[in-house]
Amino acid sequence: MLRIENLHQIFHQGEVNEVRALRGLNLHMPAGQFVTLIVSNGAGKSTLFNSIAGVHLPTQGRILINGADVSRASEHRRAALIGRVFQNPLMGTAAGMSIAQNLTLALLRGQRHRLRRGVSPAREREFAKLLEPLELGLEKRLDARVALLSGGQRQALTLLMASMTRPKLLLLDEHTAALDPATGEKIMSLTKEIVQSQNLTTLMITHNMHQALTTGDRTLMMDNGQIVLDLTAEEQKDMTVQDLVDMFARVRHKELADDELLLI
Amino acid sequence: MQQTLATTPSKPNWIRWATTAVAVVFVILLLAPNVRQMSFNVWLGALAAGLGFGFVAMGVYLSFRVLDFPDLTIDGSFPLGAAICATLIIAGVNPYLALVVSAAGGALAGTATALIATRLRIHSLLASILVTTGLISVNLRIMGRSNTPLLNTDSIFTPFAAPFRRLMLDLGGDTLAKMSNNILAILLFGLLALVLKVCLDWFMRTEIGLAMRATGDNAQMVRALGANTDNMIVLGLAISNGLVGLSGALMAQYQGFADVNMGIGLIIAGLAAVILGETLFHPMHFHAATRAVILGMILYRVAIAAALTILAPLPGGGKFSIEAQDVKLATALLVLVALWFTHIQKRRA
Repeated sequence: MLRIENLHQIFHQGEVNEVRALRGLNLHMPAGQFVTLIVSNGAGKSTLFNSIAGVHLPTQGRILINGADVSRASEHRRAALIGRVFQNPLMGTAAGMSIAQNLTLALLRGQRHRLRRGVSPAREREFAKLLEPLELGLEKRLDARVALLSGGQRQALTLLMASMTRPKLLLLDEHTAALDPATGEKIMSLTKEIVQSQNLTTLMITHNMHQALTTGDRTLMMDNGQIVLDLTAEEQKDMTVQDLVDMFARVRHKELADDELLLI
Repeated sequence: MQQTLATTPSKPNWIRWATTAVAVVFVILLLAPNVRQMSFNVWLGALAAGLGFGFVAMGVYLSFRVLDFPDLTIDGSFPLGAAICATLIIAGVNPYLALVVSAAGGALAGTATALIATRLRIHSLLASILVTTGLISVNLRIMGRSNTPLLNTDSIFTPFAAPFRRLMLDLGGDTLAKMSNNILAILLFGLLALVLKVCLDWFMRTEIGLAMRATGDNAQMVRALGANTDNMIVLGLAISNGLVGLSGALMAQYQGFADVNMGIGLIIAGLAAVILGETLFHPMHFHAATRAVILGMILYRVAIAAALTILAPLPGGGKFSIEAQDVKLATALLVLVALWFTHIQKRRA
C-alpha cells in the first residue's frame, strides 16, 4: 500500500546549515497494516510525514501509494489518498467554523468542491450518525463552532475527519501527546476502533514505547533519518519496554562508535 | 474529555463601552450649539455614500477577515472601477452594463494580486502594492486624463430620476424634491447592497465557500483535506476586488466624476468600517458579519459627516473645526486606536 524507496530529504543543500533529515529510508507497508513508529527527537519524524504527505518534495527517492508514484504530486493532490491527524489538536480543524462545516470539508476530501449547499440536511443526518458512537454529545452540537470544543473533543473530531472517507493511508503524528493521559487513552482506544473497523493502513508516530508495543501489528524505530529496527507482531509481543530501551541504546551507541571511527 | 483547550472568546465588554462613549460624545457634539448647521440632505448623502462604499466593506471583510489575506489592491481597484465606468458611459455604453464591466475589471486586479502572491510567493502586502502602483498607470490610460467628469451623461439613476422627483414633489413638496437624488441613491444602492449581500452569504455556505473560509481559518487543514488553497485565494480576492470595482463605478456615477486619486486611503476606511461593525455587533456568522460591516461603513460615513460639523470655540476667540482635508488623518487615527484596543484585548485574553 505504502512503499518508500531510498528516500532522501536534504534541506538547505550545499549551505552551511545543511540538514540531512532523511538518509535513504526504505519502508514497505502492506494494505491493512497498523504500524507504530518510535522516533527520538530530531530524528526526522516530522520530515518523514511531511514527505509522505507532500508538504515538501523529496530530494531523492520514490514514494508509492497504492502502486502509484506520488513523489512529485502536490500536497492537496495526495490528500485524496492520505488522512492525517496532527499532534496539535488545533491543527486538524478550522476553529471558526462549525462541526458540521468541518465534517463537510472532510467528506469532500479529494473531490471537487461545487457551487452547491455545503451543509445539507442529508449530510447533517449522516454526521450525527457518525458522531454518535464517540459518545461526546457532539451530534447534538453540529452548529457549534469548533473553537468551543476541548482539545480531546477536537482531536476525536479530527480523527473522524481523517478517516471518514476511508483514505488509503492514515498518518497519526503523536496525536495523543498533547492531551492529558486520560483523554489520550480515550483517543487511543477510539483510534484502534476506527482503524480496525475500517481496516485502514495506518502509520502512527509515538514517543511512548509502551504504546508502540501494545498498539498495531508492527513496530519500527527510526533514528538519524533511517529505520533502524523493524519488529513483527510476534516480536512485538515478547518485547518489554526495557528491551526496547536497551535495543535503542545499542543502536545509538553503534552509531556513535561509527562516528568516532570516522573522526579518527 | 473535560479538558478545555479553546474556551469561549471573552466578550470585550469594555470595548463596547468605549465605542458607545465615543458615539455619545458625537451625539452631544451634534446637539451642542457649537456646530455648523447642516441640512438634512447632508446626512442623507452620508447614508448614500455609506451604502455605496458598503461593497468595499464587504470586500475588505472577505480579504482581511475571511481569507486572512491583507490586501491593499482595493486602493487601485476602486478607481479602476470608476475609470472603466466613466469611460464606458462617455462612450455611450449602458450604465448598468458599465457596472458589470467595472466589477469584472476589479476582479481581474484582485486575481493579479492573488496570482503574484501565491504563484510567485511574494508577500501579500507587497503583491498588492505592486498591483496598485501599476493600476495608477492603467487607470490613467483608460481615462486618458486624471479626472473624467460625468456631466449630462446617462447614469444608473437616469431612468428613475425624473419620475422619482415628481413623486417626491407630490409627497413632500419642494423640500423633499431637493433630496430626491440622495433618496434615490439610497434606495438603489441599498437594493443592490442587499442583493449582493444575500448572494455572498449564500456563496459562503456552498462547498466552495466553506473551503474558502477554511483557507483563512486553517490553510494547513484545507491542504490536508485535498483542496487547493491557492485557488481559493485567487477566487476570494477576485470576488473581493470585484465588489470594490463595482463600488468605484457606483460612486463615480453618484458623485458625477471619476478621479485617479479617489482610492487613496480607501483600505483604511474599509478597515474602519469592518472594525466598527465587528465591535458594535459582534457577528458570529458570515451573514451577520456582512450586515455588520455594511452598517459599519454607514456609521463611518455618518461619523465623518458629524465630525465635519464641529465648530468649537477656542480660548483665544477663534473657532476649531475639522475640514474635509483632515478626514484621512482622523480615519487613520481611528483605525490606529481600534487596532491598539484589539492588541490590548488579545494580550489580556
